[in-house]
Amino acid sequence: MMGPLLVLWLAVCLSGTWAVDRGNFKTCDQSAFCKRQRALKPGQSPYRALLETLELTNTKLTLQLINDNNKVRLLLELYRLQGNMTRVKINELKPLKPRFEVPDVLINDPPTEPLSLLSQDENGVVLSLGADSQRLIVSAKPFRLDIMEGREVLLSLNSRGLLAFEHLRIRKDTKVDPEGTENKEENEAANEPAEGEEKAKEDEKVEDGMWEETFKSHTDSKPNGPSSISLDFSLPGVENVYGIPEHADSLKLKTTDGGDPYRLFNLDVFQYEVFNPMALYGAIPVMLSHSAQRTMGIFWLNAAETWVDISSNTAGKTVFGQMLDYVQGSSETPQTDVRWISESGIIDVFIMLGPTPTDVFSQYASLTGTQAFPPLSALAYHQCRWNYNDQEDVAAVDQGFDDHDIPYDFIWLDIEHTDGKRYFTWDPHKFPQPKDMLQGLLDKRRKMVTIVDPHIKVDSSYKIHNEIRSKGFYVKSKDGGDYEGWCWPGNSGYPDFTNPEMRAWWASMFAYDQYEGSMENMYTWNDMNEPSVFNGPEVTMHKDALHGNWENRDLHNLYGFYVQRATAEGLIERSGGVERPFVLARAFFAGSQRYGAVWTGDNAAEWDHLKISIPMCLSLGLVGVSFCGADVGGFFKSPSTELLVRWYQTGAYQPFFRAHAHLDTPRREPWLFGPENTALIREAVRQRYALLPYWYQLFYHAHHSGQPVMRPLWVEYPQDTATFSMDDQFLLGRDLLVHPVTEEGARGLTAYLPGKGEVWFDVHTFQKHNGAQNLYIPVTISSIPVFQRGGSIIPRKARVRRSSSCMEHDPYTLFVALSPKRFAQGELYIDDGHTFNFDKHKQFIHRRLFFANNALSSRNLAPGSQFTTFSWIEKIVILGASKPSKATLKTPDGKESLLEFDFDASMSVLTLRKPGVNAGVDWTVVLQ
Amino acid sequence: MSCALLLLLMSWALAMRTGAAVEIQRPRGVPLSSEQFYEENKPFTCLDGFSTISFDRVNDDYCDCRDGSDEPGTAACPNGSFHCTNAGFRPAFIPSSRINDGICDCCDTTDEYNSGATCQNTCREMGRKERESLQIMAEITKEGFMLKQQLIHEAKRGQEDKQGKLTELQGSKKDLEEKVEALRTVKETAEDPEKEAKERHLKAWGEQKELIRMEKDKTRMAEAFLELDDDADGYVSVAELQSHLELDPDSDGSLTETETQVRCLPSQENNFYHTSKLQGCSPFGEIRRFESKIGDLHDSCRSNEKVWAGGLWMTTGCMNLEKEIGFDFGPSAEFAYLYSQCYELSTSEYIYRLCPFNRVSQKPKFGGSETNLGLWGQWAGPEDSLYSVMKYDHGQGCWQGPNRSTTVKLTCGKETVVTSTSEPSRCEYLMEFTTPAVCQEPASLDEVLQGHTEL
Repeated sequence: MMGPLLVLWLAVCLSGTWAVDRGNFKTCDQSAFCKRQRALKPGQSPYRALLETLELTNTKLTLQLINDNNKVRLLLELYRLQGNMTRVKINELKPLKPRFEVPDVLINDPPTEPLSLLSQDENGVVLSLGADSQRLIVSAKPFRLDIMEGREVLLSLNSRGLLAFEHLRIRKDTKVDPEGTENKEENEAANEPAEGEEKAKEDEKVEDGMWEETFKSHTDSKPNGPSSISLDFSLPGVENVYGIPEHADSLKLKTTDGGDPYRLFNLDVFQYEVFNPMALYGAIPVMLSHSAQRTMGIFWLNAAETWVDISSNTAGKTVFGQMLDYVQGSSETPQTDVRWISESGIIDVFIMLGPTPTDVFSQYASLTGTQAFPPLSALAYHQCRWNYNDQEDVAAVDQGFDDHDIPYDFIWLDIEHTDGKRYFTWDPHKFPQPKDMLQGLLDKRRKMVTIVDPHIKVDSSYKIHNEIRSKGFYVKSKDGGDYEGWCWPGNSGYPDFTNPEMRAWWASMFAYDQYEGSMENMYTWNDMNEPSVFNGPEVTMHKDALHGNWENRDLHNLYGFYVQRATAEGLIERSGGVERPFVLARAFFAGSQRYGAVWTGDNAAEWDHLKISIPMCLSLGLVGVSFCGADVGGFFKSPSTELLVRWYQTGAYQPFFRAHAHLDTPRREPWLFGPENTALIREAVRQRYALLPYWYQLFYHAHHSGQPVMRPLWVEYPQDTATFSMDDQFLLGRDLLVHPVTEEGARGLTAYLPGKGEVWFDVHTFQKHNGAQNLYIPVTISSIPVFQRGGSIIPRKARVRRSSSCMEHDPYTLFVALSPKRFAQGELYIDDGHTFNFDKHKQFIHRRLFFANNALSSRNLAPGSQFTTFSWIEKIVILGASKPSKATLKTPDGKESLLEFDFDASMSVLTLRKPGVNAGVDWTVVLQ
Repeated sequence: MSCALLLLLMSWALAMRTGAAVEIQRPRGVPLSSEQFYEENKPFTCLDGFSTISFDRVNDDYCDCRDGSDEPGTAACPNGSFHCTNAGFRPAFIPSSRINDGICDCCDTTDEYNSGATCQNTCREMGRKERESLQIMAEITKEGFMLKQQLIHEAKRGQEDKQGKLTELQGSKKDLEEKVEALRTVKETAEDPEKEAKERHLKAWGEQKELIRMEKDKTRMAEAFLELDDDADGYVSVAELQSHLELDPDSDGSLTETETQVRCLPSQENNFYHTSKLQGCSPFGEIRRFESKIGDLHDSCRSNEKVWAGGLWMTTGCMNLEKEIGFDFGPSAEFAYLYSQCYELSTSEYIYRLCPFNRVSQKPKFGGSETNLGLWGQWAGPEDSLYSVMKYDHGQGCWQGPNRSTTVKLTCGKETVVTSTSEPSRCEYLMEFTTPAVCQEPASLDEVLQGHTEL
């Protein structure tokens, strides 16, 4: 039964129709700072660089800026960072009180490289950025920054004069002091350097919403007054920008002229709509720009509510555009202008100069870290539902997968498994023996995830609540008491996850002796970590709630990041640091990739939601978060059988593969739609399992070097303009191209196979196709169009079993797809699949597989590593081959043996029978 | 026995787990029935006849046959199956993918010969348990089947009784109708002829409209009847009607007995059989439409309360009898005894109530109103056992969801009891119900046991 509380909340607080209630969420106009900032139009910047204050040390350049309108001074810090990055930091020179600077997101203090002064005059300074004759030009009046390479401007800051920094000030309360001028001297004194005697008046205007703001019935008290910041970036030569998730929108970002900017503010949006810039559950303030010449990135490190405006010069030339025309003698250069606006904090921006997509990924990874390497099983299939009702239900669903011979690794329990939504507990009637249940799953080498949300039921008989309260770990309201809001359990407190002591305590709650009924095959799901507050403004926390000294306003978008971090740390600690954790979270921020997986939240069983899952996960992959998925089948509403099948087929080729459904929807386990559909879903899931070795290898790379697992085509074909806005197909790594069927009733689709002179092989039929063409593919309900790039080698495990753990020791089949030059290469990565031993003790196998000169070889890529596998090479399938007279296997002991083979002349497929050699050793197969 | 011994001998030389392929030279995993196809040292032809391979390719841990038949004892073929003999229990086929996957699937442990899993041979124990439970089931079936014969006998008698009663009632009713007609004539002759003309006109116009609406209202009326029928006895009593104040025509907050009678009477103009098809009197559609007309007759009704009351009883009586006779109570009416009965099951939160051929409901244990989980729909078992599942639907609607419905699964038992309830999906309930009426004629116990062992 649905809890009466839930019924009440859904009925009273949320819209009853199938669409987002836009009225619950702010537009830019309804967000006072966004409105104020957006009212500023491009023009001459009031800021001037005071060159006489310039200081250049080994690590940075500092320089004061002055706003000629109000004489408030800012401090600019410029860093040249290792790996071709520039960091620009702007804060008030002497703020009334410290402004928030985002902690814990950067993995370290980014190492710097010296900046050298090339020239200086009264108009500005020119600094060398080292490589490729890159220079950073600081212009004094008006202040602007330009990064140039040779004669080309790569990027300019404040070229449109939209640098706006609302300095902290003391409130001149007109109600108390109608004259309003008495305090002025001391206020200004606090803000101004000695020589700033002259006061400009513009700054003194008090606008609505500066000191208090009301949205619907919620009033934001704003004790610190206006504090927003803004900066513009111009990108000459750029027509394509990407990133800044999370939005249910196309991969290529749209211009925001005439509409709302893209909003970054973590919110629990009920029944979100696709194709709009509204904020969603997570926020990663990273944008990538791309042209055929160069890829760059802008990382705006700010955790407050943020809006991003995008415009392009087709709408009209800017001041900078005109200058550029002069420099380049052209009036046709495309340009994209971007403007970032945040409610508080400082300007701290990392400019990643690329120049290739791979470089940008490495650069961003060097700042915020890489994707957590998940346990192998987490890459397999997950079965979830709100809710599996009780232990018997779990056992029946588990058995259902075996009865229908469909593999799965994880079954999930949503909020109803708890004792009255008290996380870390079990409903005593429905789940009286959780360990028996978990043992039952363990016996089948399967796992479970239980939900642990960050809202804690206020209930004096609940241990978790009592401890948090007594330790003072709750977020406080503006009045200093524990902040309380409504969520699933009713009245709830919100632990202050920004507090490291709180996080340490939270992590300790996952110990096996603390979380009763938990076992090593039980992992965690953090939902509602925006945080969701049903009765809060925009269904989230009041901005004037306090996390220690900081307001939620300052760090709102970080809350979910910390929740997932504390949980992941808990899972690591409970195993004594041995086991890799798996934690799924809905809210996230830059750096969240280090702690687990994310999903696209509460989508709906609609074709558009299936389609949007591709750009949503692609956007996340571009900014570090590779472990992304959408609820297969759609969360709200009930999918048609066709939609469900298509969603399985799509999800099987997306990183996080989990079916999930709302409590109110009919059951939809894969076998409930007749034998034909069961077979279709089984086949999709089996394709996923067979490909797990490749998925695992891609995640190893994502973890190792920050390269996304799921990639837009332009990442691998950066000069192919045809790919720049494609988001109905994608690459996995660089070797598999997937164009899932996402159209209802599709009879065919057109896939674009990139790469002039390249070839692609249909992985199902082995049919060869040329690159650089639009290929029409007739499809049936069983079709999942996937192509392997000629020139690649992909390992699979053909023996699909009931869970990935069962396949651990199984042999590999290698699919070698030859390039037109009869070359191919790939890799094979193997470790124990679940511990940190790959990292701590170098216990892994990493081999390079390559085919050249009619010989296929396996060579060690990691000589320092050590691992033993039972897996062996079962079969080698060579696509695009010619028929050899014989095939000889050579092993390191000097032995040679002839391999039997089968050659399919119609498809040019050569199958080598049972090399039988261990997957961890050197070997060569020579074709003659 | 000899076969088990042979298998034992065949599997003595197990390859230890190594990094290389597992070599198994003997046809492990082959059922007795296919043994002749696997002749040692002779070329093996895949069972689909597609290709022929040398015998050392059988169970060599590489899939050569399209149909998987060359690897009956390894996991090499994606579509293969493995046969466990399970001496002491039942033989079984498992998918090849479960061979050496670390999970014990065959009770004789033969599926895990190279995985390191420590499996116990549980076949004898399982066989013993199954024989025990089969024995118990057989006894239950036997006794249940005897009870069922009794039920069939009773049902037959009951059916005859009811048919008789119905005929009798229909006769008395006809008498009453005549009386009513006579009264009406008296009344009508006393009335203004002008009014009569006007009425006739209105009536003709009204009837045409009603005809259309009546169809639509049918389902709702049936529900309404059951809603009024608070104690689910198949009759709407005056007391039950009085508990429904929404029917109060003069809005004085109470329903007098007279009012309830007026509301429940079929109109004179209305064909009796038509109303009986409606299975009861509806407060919402049917009755309201006759309100004005009956209102005209109100005075004469009032003066003849006793006649009307008799009519009411008889009408509903007829209707219920007809309804009951019309039900599908199974091939031999063995389910007839469930009619007009209700069975309850108490869980930690709710009391569930199944009134077969009527409705399923749920009432919170600690206060709160009853929820309708579905009205009798139809028998819904699979083709070969239609009478093993009952479906109740059109229950109370769910928020943003379907109307509640309940599936009742019937199993053979000596007692008639609701044994469990659950809600596998939102607003879709499942009830387990035992009754002798589904017990099948038992096979002899020996037969049952023989069918389940292979020694």
